[in-house]
Amino acid sequence: MLRIHCPFCGLRDEVEFRYRGDATARRPAAEANEEAFFAYVYARDNPRGWHLEWWLHTHGCRQVLKVKRHTLTHEIAWVGLPADAPPEDAP
Amino acid sequence: MMSSGPAGPYSALRLAWEALRGHRHWRPAWRSVARPRDAYRVVVVGGGGHGLSTAWHLAAEHGITDVAVLEKGPIGLGNVGRNTTIIRSNYFMPENIRFYEHSLKLWERFEQTHGFNAMVSQRGTLNLFHSDGQRDQFARRANAMRIEGVDCELLDRDAVKRLVPLIELDNTRYPVLGGFLQRRGGTVRHDAVPWAYARSASARGVDIVEHCEVTGIRVEAGRVTGVETTRGTVRAEKVVLCVAGHSSRLAEMAGFRLPIETHALQAFVTEAVKPCLDCVVTYGAGHFYISQSDKGGLVFGGAIDGHNSYAQRGQLPMAEEVLAAGKTLMPALSRLRVLRQWAGVMDMSMDGNPIISTTPVGNLYLNGGWCYGGFKAVPAGGFYTAHLVATGAPHPVIAHFALSRFREGRTIDERGAGPYPWAH
Repeated sequence: MLRIHCPFCGLRDEVEFRYRGDATARRPAAEANEEAFFAYVYARDNPRGWHLEWWLHTHGCRQVLKVKRHTLTHEIAWVGLPADAPPEDAP
Repeated sequence: MMSSGPAGPYSALRLAWEALRGHRHWRPAWRSVARPRDAYRVVVVGGGGHGLSTAWHLAAEHGITDVAVLEKGPIGLGNVGRNTTIIRSNYFMPENIRFYEHSLKLWERFEQTHGFNAMVSQRGTLNLFHSDGQRDQFARRANAMRIEGVDCELLDRDAVKRLVPLIELDNTRYPVLGGFLQRRGGTVRHDAVPWAYARSASARGVDIVEHCEVTGIRVEAGRVTGVETTRGTVRAEKVVLCVAGHSSRLAEMAGFRLPIETHALQAFVTEAVKPCLDCVVTYGAGHFYISQSDKGGLVFGGAIDGHNSYAQRGQLPMAEEVLAAGKTLMPALSRLRVLRQWAGVMDMSMDGNPIISTTPVGNLYLNGGWCYGGFKAVPAGGFYTAHLVATGAPHPVIAHFALSRFREGRTIDERGAGPYPWAH
């Protein structure tokens, strides 16, 4: 069971959240080429290690959160708001 | 003579002969190669089901025996030994029906081909439906399968109850309206599959190197020239990646990204009981499937955990969901104890379908993206991957599994879930 520290609601169980995937994928400008859109929609780093990802607090504050989690150990290093970036000294 | 080496045939006669000699003369089923040679024509990365099947098909179908299979651990301990052993070809998209039906036909003669008892059991796979809409969808799928000449039938409630008395038709959450049965579907003893392929491939000269992890892929002028391993550099004319679960990591070594995320899928087995379930059953209202092993344990599983994971262990929320679905469908299960629970990590592709393809790097091929469905595809996956490697061009049956389909907007979305791997 993951436990995610929501900045609004406090420490909550994984079952209150809904996973929304890789938070590093950025929508390119409308005039960008096919390669840029392929990368945005489909290509993923899929790291075995630290992963920046979206979690929607469906059964809580309904905020979208950005979470830095390790995909092998499930350790969570940082939770922030969508516009935030994890601090440089986080693992 | 009958025990003359790894390739000696297994038979009742040989079993009796070895029994008389106290079972002291059995030999290992395949040659153990401690160190790879400096160069091979083809290097297969990954000694799981697809890697070993590819190597054997290269040798048996295409006469290419200068092949090494490099496996980071012992063979058979990855996903080929972690699945729920189900084989079937009950798909909806015509191109998928053709591919998986070929695989099912290869399973039907697997034991004769390899002279190895894999306990292939065509006990039937039954998918239940719980609403009119679901029934219509299954009827459409059944018609699509029949157009391709594949067996399947729709069952009403009474027929479901006759076939599997354990099912609680009137369970309070999702009463069962009927079922969708493929009688030729069933189970195979999963561990026997890599062993059989390893034995047959080894007998034809393929080197199987265990405890040899690939740590780098050598690329010169856009073409692969070999791999770096924990046991030295191995040069190769062609390299095939058969490492589903870890395809992205190998692709990164070769300098490109894949439309794949890695997710953990759990499975469970109960204590052994007397025969009570002679069919594979899937529950249409939740993600749950169950069968009984020949040893008597009930083997079951559900959906992926739902977030990227390379951890070969499952999380509790999905375990709870799977057990709840199982108890809803078969209340009798609540009397059983779960003996073991484990997980494997899946290549979840962006459209829920596999990739058998050339890659952006010349002479480097990919067999991956198997999502939940890699085990049943092992024979045909190896067959078509070997064909691709040997000829350099995809066979028409698997042309739609090309990596380029994502770029070109030709995804095969059997489930219609969109590019969200955790939703497939």
